[in-house]
Amino acid sequence: MAKVIVVTSGKGGVGKTTSSAALGTGLALRGYKTVVIDFDVGLRNLDLIMGCERRVVYDFINVIRQESNLNQSLIKDKRVDNLYILAASQTKDKDTLDIEGVGRVINELSQTFDFIICDSPAGIEKGAFMAMYFADEAVIVTNPEVSSVRDSDRILGLLASKTARAVNNRDAVKEHLLMTRYDPSRVAKGEMLSVEDVTDILAIPLLGVIPESESVLSASNSGNPVILDTESKAGQAYDDAVGRLLGEDRMHRFLEIEKKGFFQKLGLFRS
Amino acid sequence: MRILDFFRNNRKTSASTAKDRLQIIVAQERMTRNGPDYLPMMKEELLLVVRKYIQVPDGAVTVKLDKDDDCEVLELNIMLPEQAEAE
Ligand SMILES: Nc1ncnc2c1ncn2[C@@H]1O[C@H](COP(=O)(O)OP(=O)(O)OP(=O)(O)O)[C@@H](O)[C@H]1O
Ligand SMILES: [Mg+2]
Repeated sequence: MAKVIVVTSGKGGVGKTTSSAALGTGLALRGYKTVVIDFDVGLRNLDLIMGCERRVVYDFINVIRQESNLNQSLIKDKRVDNLYILAASQTKDKDTLDIEGVGRVINELSQTFDFIICDSPAGIEKGAFMAMYFADEAVIVTNPEVSSVRDSDRILGLLASKTARAVNNRDAVKEHLLMTRYDPSRVAKGEMLSVEDVTDILAIPLLGVIPESESVLSASNSGNPVILDTESKAGQAYDDAVGRLLGEDRMHRFLEIEKKGFFQKLGLFRS
Repeated sequence: MRILDFFRNNRKTSASTAKDRLQIIVAQERMTRNGPDYLPMMKEELLLVVRKYIQVPDGAVTVKLDKDDDCEVLELNIMLPEQAEAE
């Protein structure tokens, strides 16, 4: 049985697709058979970020409507074994998703995969609802910024009331906070909410903090999930997050301003 | 540096303003979130009634529904300004 993880946020443009691609790739690199599903029907971006946009023949909606089977529609990643992508449809809109269809596809994928990562569209409407409905765990992607934090809190409300686990009175969806686009120098100047500020408000466990990093843009330019850029801080921070998702105990890095020297090292041990 | 830091810490930063505002709005939204659909509307109407007599700010009226095993309690809170003036 696969573990279903939704990557969601409410607010748009905070890094859901970047994070879905990175986490999915990281899990597959560790040997877990992983599929990343693009729920952003009508917009479709995951294929671009993962560099397989020219190999999409059949998409998620085709499978839901039984116009194609899973074997025809799953795109196998060329770099990483065990990694598959199910692209969103570009031509249809989110109303084409129906809960029975989505459930049937997830159930079928569950038979052979270890992890199913659902890249949610922005908003708190139908698309986001479909992406979270079957989730066992949720990664809430949040930027250190007021509207993003508020939207994340709303999403937490939906996870607790509108998912299959909530409706059927099963154990609650396990929540993880993933802070992205974090800029320690602005935090130090008091211009940006800190990790502690955000965890104080949202009160859910911290999966990781991804620093604002130029490597994210160059990764998306070339269609390589940023976790494959092992030199970059963002890539390393995502790798830590994957470890924590699997239950490893890893220290949070990149929370302080870069200052090489003795005091910087001390700072690392403080938190 | 130290002296600069001292002055900086005394000034309220924009991040701490953001945190304060978030704490208030999130607490308010959580209170109404789990209640029945009519709660937000009822709150608006109560606010209008209160305002017929007293000038109060937007967040002055809060309603909260608590459920026990066999009874439900509707908790209504009206925060009056420091010097409430009847019109
Ligand atoms: N850590 C980061 N550093 C710098 N830029 C980032 C970072 N994370 C994301 N971005 C940038 O933010 C933008 C939005 O990212 P992404 O598409 O992953 O967000 P999204 O939440 O999936 O958006 P949407 O709501 O539209 O689906 C992209 O341009 C991406 O390159
Ligand atoms: Mg996206």
